[in-house]
Amino acid sequence: MEYSILILILPLLGFLTLGLAGTRLKGKTAGYVGTALLALAALTAYCTAAQYFNLPRIDGIRPSLRPFNWEWMRFTEHLHIDLGILLDPISVMMLVVITTVSLMVHIYSLGYMEGERGFQRYYAFLGLFTFSMSGLVVATNIFQMYIFWELVGVSSYLLIGFYYTKPEAVAASKKAFIVTRFADLFFLIGILLVSYFTRTFDFGLLCSGDSALFASAMGKTFMGAAVLSWATALIFIGAAGKSAMFPLHIWLPDAMEGPTPVSALIHAATMVVAGVFLVARLFPVYYFFTPEVLHGIAYIAAFTALYAAIVACVQTDIKRVLAFSTISQIGFMLVALGVSGMNGHEGTGYMAAMFHLFTHAMFKALLFLGAGAIIHTVHSNEMSRMGGLRKAMPLTHITFLAACLALAGIPPFSGFFSKDEILSAVFAFSPWMGAGMTFIAALTAFYMFRLYYNIFWGKPAEHEHPLHEAPASMTSPLLFLALISLVAGFLPFGKFVSSNGLEYIIHLDVRIAVGSVVIAIAAIFAARSLYRNGTSAVPDKMAGFFGVFHKAAKNRFYIDEIYQFITHKIIFRCISRPLAWFDRHIIDGFLNGLACITGKGSLAFRWMQTGNLQSYALLMIGGCLLLLFWVLFL
Amino acid sequence: MNLLSIFVLLPVLMLAGLFLSRTRAQVRAVAATGASLLLAAAVILCVLFMGERQAGNTAPMLFTDHAVWFPTWNIGYSIGVDGISVLMILLSAIIVFTGIFTSWNIEPLPKEYFMWFCLLSTGVFGFFISLDLFTMFMFYEVALIPMYLLIGVWGSGEKEHAAMKLTLMLMGGSALLMLGILGVYFASGAQSMHIMDMAQADIPVALQRYFFPLVFVGFGILGALFPFHTWSPDGHASAPTAVSMLHAGVLMKLGGYGCFRVAMFLMPEAAQELGWIFLLLTGISVVYGAFSACVQTDLKYINAYSSVSHCGLVLFALLMMNTTAMTGAVMQMLSHGLMTALFFALIGMIYGRTHTRDIRQMGGLMKIMPFLGVAYVIAGLASLGLPGLSGFVAEMNVFVGAFQHSDTFHRVLTLVALTSIVITAVYILRVVGKILYGPVQNPEHLKLSDAVWFERFPVIVLIVVIASIGICPGWISDLIGQALFPIVERLSIAAL
Repeated sequence: MEYSILILILPLLGFLTLGLAGTRLKGKTAGYVGTALLALAALTAYCTAAQYFNLPRIDGIRPSLRPFNWEWMRFTEHLHIDLGILLDPISVMMLVVITTVSLMVHIYSLGYMEGERGFQRYYAFLGLFTFSMSGLVVATNIFQMYIFWELVGVSSYLLIGFYYTKPEAVAASKKAFIVTRFADLFFLIGILLVSYFTRTFDFGLLCSGDSALFASAMGKTFMGAAVLSWATALIFIGAAGKSAMFPLHIWLPDAMEGPTPVSALIHAATMVVAGVFLVARLFPVYYFFTPEVLHGIAYIAAFTALYAAIVACVQTDIKRVLAFSTISQIGFMLVALGVSGMNGHEGTGYMAAMFHLFTHAMFKALLFLGAGAIIHTVHSNEMSRMGGLRKAMPLTHITFLAACLALAGIPPFSGFFSKDEILSAVFAFSPWMGAGMTFIAALTAFYMFRLYYNIFWGKPAEHEHPLHEAPASMTSPLLFLALISLVAGFLPFGKFVSSNGLEYIIHLDVRIAVGSVVIAIAAIFAARSLYRNGTSAVPDKMAGFFGVFHKAAKNRFYIDEIYQFITHKIIFRCISRPLAWFDRHIIDGFLNGLACITGKGSLAFRWMQTGNLQSYALLMIGGCLLLLFWVLFL
Repeated sequence: MNLLSIFVLLPVLMLAGLFLSRTRAQVRAVAATGASLLLAAAVILCVLFMGERQAGNTAPMLFTDHAVWFPTWNIGYSIGVDGISVLMILLSAIIVFTGIFTSWNIEPLPKEYFMWFCLLSTGVFGFFISLDLFTMFMFYEVALIPMYLLIGVWGSGEKEHAAMKLTLMLMGGSALLMLGILGVYFASGAQSMHIMDMAQADIPVALQRYFFPLVFVGFGILGALFPFHTWSPDGHASAPTAVSMLHAGVLMKLGGYGCFRVAMFLMPEAAQELGWIFLLLTGISVVYGAFSACVQTDLKYINAYSSVSHCGLVLFALLMMNTTAMTGAVMQMLSHGLMTALFFALIGMIYGRTHTRDIRQMGGLMKIMPFLGVAYVIAGLASLGLPGLSGFVAEMNVFVGAFQHSDTFHRVLTLVALTSIVITAVYILRVVGKILYGPVQNPEHLKLSDAVWFERFPVIVLIVVIASIGICPGWISDLIGQALFPIVERLSIAAL
């Protein structure tokens, strides 16, 4: 399946041509070129998937193929970075997700970004992102993943800062890059640790479950924990940075300053799940050798899911609600991975995480694209500027509703199936945690329908010009994604992806399914009664009732302020500034002092070199006398 | 005639040509032709060298030549190159070439400016091809002295002070170096100043302990070793554009090159024994330079401190004394040379338009000068180590190599140095966000124009080279690895 390299090359080609052609491409040409290339890439990805999933299983396990491998840079005898393509169930699934969502975003942006300054730059960056993200998921070794990990980071930086004249966008892009870079530092340290002990970067070896490979790393301890546990925990910090887990989530809500289709592609469907993918990729390492880290991941993710869901309930900017919802949903995926086992029914969590990643990518992209259509019409992100839009925008309304139902976990929408699997995996791990996650699922339904009713129902806000439905280039991706969100749940996902590569048969746990659906519906009705008319006084009363808590949630529990304090007050004021002062005044001062002493010192001898003949003669005679005295009398 | 002598001869011929030129057009023609010939010669040398290596020639130095010029002390004009010198020559040729174009409109006294510039290049090329310690030292001085005039006459700001400070500090380094070289010569008892001959003779370890620090610090001053780096911010800030490029791009590399070619190669036992002191100092350089860059407001100061950090990484990696880290060090020399040259070229172009280098007085320049803006962002991304550009491959070789060190102290220091990748991102993005993005700060700037052809040309050349190293690092790391083999071997024997 050598042709799968095209999935990477085509978007890269798009980036290079559009980037170099620059503003010479007039009108929408750049968009058409980019979209056409991406359509081809998507087609290649579908062919790859079709061919891959039809390959015969070996001993019941799906094969892991490397149609392409190139040794890019050699460090030592054992350590070398290869650039290659690894096809296995999760990477093929990710390729399908990435190219599909990217294609939808390309098509959608033809309408959304029309007439924007930097239209071709936008498409060039989309190409770069798609290339990098595909490279990340097909990585054959952890260092290749790190390379593309950095590249998606920079594409994200460039796209968040797309409206570079807006100070908020610039600040947001900077924040996103630096926070994720900070996390990547730990990722890199983790890679260095693992490679130091195992002498390999290769996923094939790392994930083979061979305990001899890790023996030295497990034998050594540091501060009471095995070095390997430290390494995998550090790698998870990298994953947490990209996947916006608490407390590294702060960049994601701000990243919403980017164009909305970008939020759909990068900050909802693909890049932010890179962390989930990384944990899934290294799952055998986590599961076999550092199960305590895996459980730690589950707890962090569960906390993040709760935190983000609470915050999402009180935000008023629709993109921010969606951003926090994304954080919360990624938390679901990581919880599922964290509680998962390896074989048979214990592997539900792994399968569920991947399943949820797939369905979530589709309906969250749909939500963002729908939000984009609304923002495009209303020219505002604030919920208060919306209301009653269901008449003006019927297609957007229907598709948005479908996505909300999917996210809330209402059958037969896809989110129901994947979320149900997650819940049953969590219940199997710990009933308390299961109950907690069910509560978060109810919160999810609540905030989504709060959003839905606020946008589409209630009293319309005043608008300067008449509202209209978005153009076909924008609504067609919406319809397509809505269709997927409706039917994807019926996919026999366990046949494609499972923790050990064996076929896994999904069965619904009726008690959990019914329970979660009933709770979700109750939450939807609660949201309906509170927000449907837009006149109910109850929300304000509730805000008053929760008082400080409500205010704190609205301010995202002041996590950003804490960071602000650390970076500005501590790092800039207490480290950088004193260091710069020290450099200018102490070190340089010392050297200047040295020069000064030299100058002063030579002044002391100046009287000897006056250029005056008489004084030279005097000195000479004096010297001669002194010598004479010395020779004769001493 | 030996191919290598061309690199000394060509700048001298350029000097003569410039001396005879009368108009600005003639000056430009001579300078541009000479620089192009140098670049072509460097590329040819590179190709021929790789051809020889492919053919199986494993001699440590190729294209060697020898002519005695001071028999009493056995000083000779001995030349020869290995993979590293070839790359350094290529780097110098690229920087000289691009530097000539960025000085296209230099004022005043273009002829004299280019003459000093050529003299400086003579010194640089001579240094990289020399195998005789004395000749090497002589070329080193030839490269340093023109700097004084180039900054003092054509510089900006407190140029006289900066020129004097830089020259005095570097001369101080030369004094240590001279002492060290003579010490090595007498201690080795060899009847030659030729590095390869001296390496045959073993220098007593007791004496190495004295001379290694002298030579290492002597070269280290030029390589911005903490705490001898303070000439760099002032010097770079005052130097004219092309001089900053050449200085940060090539001259600072002389320091790193000398450190391993002379200090570590000739005195491996002392390097093993005392390396940890310098490792600490360079580790400080890396982090300290990066932190200091975070709060600077002058573009050139930011870059100068960033150079302290990046060049610190070069010496840091050299002291790790294994092939991977040292390969990374040489790659970092190349990469830092290219991207700093690019940075200084761009800063010069921006300064030429806005007449300020204070980042607080600029903003939104991307919209006004998109070409320069995009180039600046690319330079910044290279500096913060984006994969696909040269900085990444260099840093990863350094960090992976350093972390393979069997000693825990070295690995811990590596982790400390590793934090610089985050701090670098902070100061790079701060500058980019401040001067290029956001609303236009000064309405006067709206009238400014984007780069013209002789500005675009060097920028494009540098970006292409940076990207090609970043995308295909394999051939470079092979060249370096082969050249490092004898050095690493000596160091590892010394470690036993």
